[in-house]
Amino acid sequence: MPTPTDPEVPVIEFVDVQKSFGDNIVLKDLNFSVRRGERVTLIGPSGSGKTTILRLVMTLEELTGGYIFVDGEPLTHREKDGKRVAVSSKEQKKLRTRIGMVFQQFNLFPNMTVLENIIEAPIYVLGQSKAEATAKAHSLLEQVGLPDKADQHPLSLSGGQQQRVAIARALAMDPEILLLDEVTSALDPEVVGDVLNILRNVADTTNVTMLIVTHEMSFARDVSHKVMMFDGGRVIEEGAPEKIFSDPSHQRTQQFLSAVLGDA
Amino acid sequence: MIPVMPFTADPAPATGSTGNVWNWDFAIEIFPAILRAFIEVTLLVTVVGTVIAALLGLVIAILLRVLPRPLAFVLRWAANFIRMTPLVVQLLVLYYGFTWMDPLTIGFIVFGIHYATYMSEVYRAGIDSVPKGQWEATKALSMSAGRTWRRVVIPQALRSTIPSLGNYAISMFKDTPFLFVISVAEMVRVAQTIGAQTFRYTEAITIAGLIFLAASYPTALLINRLEKRLAYAN
Repeated sequence: MPTPTDPEVPVIEFVDVQKSFGDNIVLKDLNFSVRRGERVTLIGPSGSGKTTILRLVMTLEELTGGYIFVDGEPLTHREKDGKRVAVSSKEQKKLRTRIGMVFQQFNLFPNMTVLENIIEAPIYVLGQSKAEATAKAHSLLEQVGLPDKADQHPLSLSGGQQQRVAIARALAMDPEILLLDEVTSALDPEVVGDVLNILRNVADTTNVTMLIVTHEMSFARDVSHKVMMFDGGRVIEEGAPEKIFSDPSHQRTQQFLSAVLGDA
Repeated sequence: MIPVMPFTADPAPATGSTGNVWNWDFAIEIFPAILRAFIEVTLLVTVVGTVIAALLGLVIAILLRVLPRPLAFVLRWAANFIRMTPLVVQLLVLYYGFTWMDPLTIGFIVFGIHYATYMSEVYRAGIDSVPKGQWEATKALSMSAGRTWRRVVIPQALRSTIPSLGNYAISMFKDTPFLFVISVAEMVRVAQTIGAQTFRYTEAITIAGLIFLAASYPTALLINRLEKRLAYAN
């Protein structure tokens, strides 16, 4: 696994990040950093820009201003002679392979089997042998509790099972950073616990850095080192989960938490 | 080039009264010549034309997505131009413009390119129907553009396009009589020649029509079955 930088360098760093869709400014002057192995949960009302942050890290959205650094290297743009210059696609791809993402809607490839979904990128992006990638895929399927589903097609699986495959697919790339975008929001309530337990297990057994957007507050409390509360495109409060959940200092955080926890 | 063969059989004797419009003996006699023209020209042009159209149409659809804007614009208008002008005109332009070229080859090229512009629209709709989340997943896995197209986008796009592509293949098949304008001896022209030489058009033209039907209908059924087989297993 490529870990070329020393542990003091943040794994993810946002510097004066701005993101707007047309006239709609979603993020403004956002600064924060995530240390290696840190698990950070982003909370806040919908439309506050949490998912946009994950999508910016995954380069699924175009950054409109500022800089994002991964392992100290610029992800999309660097400053050169006082100007913002786009990095080459090769440089970007090198960093992007260290980042994995699990989506709300799973986004498995329906035309491939479960196994093919998992081994595609390890073979063709990381250059692993088919045997190596397949062995790893089987052990990951074991880990997510689906050892006998390798040859099935995703659409023959339940939502919860599909999401577990998607987690295995992301982990097969050995990411340094794992982005979890509302991974349980599309699931039936009774399977949410299974998926979260698998992620708890990943958090406990690996040193992967996680950036999490979720409405599952107990999960956020269990796995994260830090919680950041967003509102209107800004971080209005951040701290340890115990602090944020039991004694939020900002009024917006109090309102948000009572609304979310109220029906939990 | 396959020349129009003069049909040498004797004119069918006018048996009995003038009310006899269908002569079975004559029909059986001329059937092999018409069938031969069907296989050697009509079917050949349809198959070769469909292969060219299906491949070229896919290439056009992909290029329209990946080319820089000015180039994509030029390609889009070139495709529109071909689609919006009649097939017959295109056949004639190549026939008189490239006199050294074998008319049958002109047939392959014109049918292939003309229908490629239609099929590219079908592929475009198929590509557009691939959900955004699929593209995002390929990016999240850092898949190359080539693998993304080959393993994810094209296979998923094709499923919804098979019926329309098949219908265009059948349309092309039914357009093959236009080959007569460049003097290719396709089936209908052979049938008409037989009629002209024997003064019995009914049998010849009817046989040609029935052969068309006998080929189109099973093809349509086949496309239907293929479409069902390609649907995702549930």
